Amino acid sequence: MPANMPPSALLDVRNLRVSFPARGQMIPIVDGVSFTLNHQDILGLVGESGSGKSVTALALMGLIDAPGVQVTGSVCFRDQELVGMPQKKLRHLRGKEIAMIFQDPMTAFTPVYTIGWQIDEQIRAHERVSRQQARARTVKLLGDMGVPDPERTANRYPHQLSGGLRQRAMIAMALSCNPSLLIADEPTTALDVTVQAQILELIRSLRDTHHSSILLITHDMGVVAETCDNTMVLYSGRVAEYGPTSALFASPSHPYTAGLLASIPPLDGPRPLRLPAIAGAPPLPQNRPAGCAFSPRCPYAHTACTTALPPYIATGPDHFAACVLPQEGTPLPTRIRNELVQESPQP
Amino acid sequence: MLMAALRRLGQTVFVLFGISALVFAVFFATPGADPTARIAGKNASPQTMQKVRQEYGFDRPLPVQYAIMMKKLFITQDLASYADRGELVVPEIIRAAPVTVSLVCGAAVIWVVVSIAMGTLAAALKGTWIDRTLMMLGLIGISIPVFWLGQVANLITQNRYHDTWLFSWVPALGYVPFTQSPWGWFKALVIPWVVLAVLFIGVYSRVLRADLVALSGEDFIRTARAKGLSPSRILIRHGLRTAMVTFVSLFGMDFAQLVGGGALLTEVVFGLPGVGRLTYQALTNLDLPLIMATVMYSAVFVVLANAAVDMIYLLLDPRVRDAR
Repeated sequence: MPANMPPSALLDVRNLRVSFPARGQMIPIVDGVSFTLNHQDILGLVGESGSGKSVTALALMGLIDAPGVQVTGSVCFRDQELVGMPQKKLRHLRGKEIAMIFQDPMTAFTPVYTIGWQIDEQIRAHERVSRQQARARTVKLLGDMGVPDPERTANRYPHQLSGGLRQRAMIAMALSCNPSLLIADEPTTALDVTVQAQILELIRSLRDTHHSSILLITHDMGVVAETCDNTMVLYSGRVAEYGPTSALFASPSHPYTAGLLASIPPLDGPRPLRLPAIAGAPPLPQNRPAGCAFSPRCPYAHTACTTALPPYIATGPDHFAACVLPQEGTPLPTRIRNELVQESPQP
Repeated sequence: MLMAALRRLGQTVFVLFGISALVFAVFFATPGADPTARIAGKNASPQTMQKVRQEYGFDRPLPVQYAIMMKKLFITQDLASYADRGELVVPEIIRAAPVTVSLVCGAAVIWVVVSIAMGTLAAALKGTWIDRTLMMLGLIGISIPVFWLGQVANLITQNRYHDTWLFSWVPALGYVPFTQSPWGWFKALVIPWVVLAVLFIGVYSRVLRADLVALSGEDFIRTARAKGLSPSRILIRHGLRTAMVTFVSLFGMDFAQLVGGGALLTEVVFGLPGVGRLTYQALTNLDLPLIMATVMYSAVFVVLANAAVDMIYLLLDPRVRDAR
């Protein structure tokens, strides 16, 4: 991404690379991801399973502790470098400045303590407040998050709450110390569709009520379109495309993004009998092809794609794609359908 | 919560009845064996046989026999051993029980404290040489037979090195009641405690470490880390507290079977007149009333201890409270 980012960036990630050891060599699961997140912005991180979304988020928090993992590059949060920061110092940022919401609220709470106890614990880990003060704040937070009867809910155990309530409690816990950055890792995947919409609405409102910047990880393009200011599409651990959500949806510049968008059923016009799909499967990180990782599945692939990594090309204001096509002057048609995506195979 | 506890109590009573009926059936309703002859002992005179038959109602229907036996065990408590010249069985067990309870409780304190410390330390230092050493020690503890370890301990403290400054405090084998001399009680029991605890320290520390390591991959531990808690707090307040659920259920079973007479070898090796040794004597003399009584005692204890563990469970794991 470019150098002309505004100085107000809250989070600036440069060339982040996370490699896991496997059979004697290091496999980069996240391979050179760069992006910036401004104050009170919502950035969507999209990609399919295994594209490195969650690993990116965990790396930002310094939460990857598998033996032998290498994290390189730079994560600059409020002018502090997080990569290589000692755990002891990082701990004071975690939960206080950077908070995280996890995918499955069923398993994300410790089963043997009440919800309120667990939120109190986070508050008291970072601030010198009495038990009563912490509990008062917990109850207020739960109320703010739309939990009915927060005082009683605080005294209930995780298994006694529904998934939606638990996710609200999770968000309340994440916000308990007023973090400036909230990382939400697929916060709605495990929930019912109606509850999903409520939780997304809640997350959207946090920017105004709590002045938080949000990094929203999801595989759901619909969620991104509704929620995010900017969108970053990951493919096989690399950034495929980054741009303002509206521009990215209106005119995708990377064939992969275009394919993802084409797989959403259109709301108006004739419906296709069968939803288009991108043929093939993403490469395993250990045998990514040379050049563009998407090239084996890309109908536009040619020699330039298979020899060298594609450069980031600006295709609009703040809009970039890792693809040679715009540079070569073959822009993708908007909302391409038939030439790129083939029919999904008969099951 | 109270309902759950009461229901558990009801189950306990039911299970106790079932066990007593089963034990009775095994000893007195086995086809092809005359219980009269077995109670009266070897080479009993016809008069004794007749007396026994009368006393236990062996000429009457089975339910009556069962009722008489239960009355003799629990109400009049005059079940007597004919092999041992009319010694009353129930008081014998009541005299032996405190010895066993003293032995097992002391050992339990040692093994719980040491195994929690070892297991937690090993899990915290997973993969280091400290972890490997502790787990190796645990494995050695599991593999040493308790009677051998007891004999070696006796050999060292009573015999070889008894006159050195290190072991001159060790009293002769046997038991000193707590009421008589607390310090003597402690001195008499401390070596048996340690010997009995060794096996369990090995088992429990290894189980606890494995549990903690497995838990460290759980989502809620990741949440705890994301909250910015210190590693020791995560390990103890979140990991260890959750692992206690498994630990307690394991402990309940072992504790109950030990109090019920499972510490037999330790009691025999150290000459402690506990329930285990009583069972051992009853078996060598084929003393049927005594065997019957010790088996009943042990069954009652296992069931009661399990009920107690379930109560603790209700306190430890909120999920269990609602599940019933």
